[in-house]
Amino acid sequence: MIAAAIEAHPVSGAMAPGHGDGGPAPIRIIVSFGFWVFLLSDIVMFSALFAAYAVLQGHTAGGPTGRQLFNLRHVAIETGCLLTSSFTCGLLTLSADARSKAGIYLAATATLVLGASFLGIEISEFAGMVARGAVPSRSAFLSAFFTLVGTHGLHVTAGLIWLLVMLAQVATRGFRPATMRRLGCFALFWHALDIVWVALFSVVYLMGMG
Amino acid sequence: MDNRGDVQAATPGEDGSDTPGIASYLMGFGLAIVLTGASFWAADTGLIYGPAVPIALAVLAIAQMGVHLVFFLHITTAPDNTNNILALAFGVLIVTLVVGGSLWIMAHLDHNMMPMDQLMQRQR
Repeated sequence: MIAAAIEAHPVSGAMAPGHGDGGPAPIRIIVSFGFWVFLLSDIVMFSALFAAYAVLQGHTAGGPTGRQLFNLRHVAIETGCLLTSSFTCGLLTLSADARSKAGIYLAATATLVLGASFLGIEISEFAGMVARGAVPSRSAFLSAFFTLVGTHGLHVTAGLIWLLVMLAQVATRGFRPATMRRLGCFALFWHALDIVWVALFSVVYLMGMG
Repeated sequence: MDNRGDVQAATPGEDGSDTPGIASYLMGFGLAIVLTGASFWAADTGLIYGPAVPIALAVLAIAQMGVHLVFFLHITTAPDNTNNILALAFGVLIVTLVVGGSLWIMAHLDHNMMPMDQLMQRQR
């Protein structure tokens, strides 16, 4: 760090680059702050879908309701998969910090398997609903449901592909700073998806059954 | 961390101090399991007064999001985290406006609108 030329921060009394005199913050800080802002904007987008769902929830147009379609046991398994994958993603971050390739592969494999199980259960749920005639065009409720839950599912799919790419990068290029930054961003993305899922299972499934 | 050293802005997802590590993730995982279990229990049990169930679920969900933010994303209130917290606060403001505002205005519209069959009759 270039701490020598920096004046003490007026409040904390500490040297703080990025607070004026210190010059720009290190690229690692800038990248993850930028990605954090992206994640928040993604959550704002989800909030619009949540609002649409909440407004249209009761508009079933004589079609099937959530209570008839949802299976809480499947939702509980999905939640367990995603929650555990968020924990293994934390282990991935720790392995990356410790520069342990074996740890990264192990934690990433667990995350991939759990994420893929989540996706598999969700797709079979969707297929079951479509087979019963509960397609997105059936009612406003189903349009909002498939848009909201489907968007989350697409995010999980993108996350899985991203993780595979990151594994390839670690395998071929090792622990370059850029690769480590991308792994850090992936971990943020995956944890944020879990936060969206918490809102999703509470609002859509649990409140929908109540 | 040395107090007189350089405090740089912390990134989301990592805590500048030497405390985090596996303990933080285990703690978050444990709390998240308890809160998720409580949510599924609250939705299923007959012990809670019916109309209060959605409120209980909302409280549990917000608590769990807080757990994820603190123990998984390591968002703290430390001075080095000001940027992250401010961005988060702005995000929460927008989410509240979008969801709360939509529900509020649509409930009023529903309340004030003529029932659909009468509306159709009038258009003939």
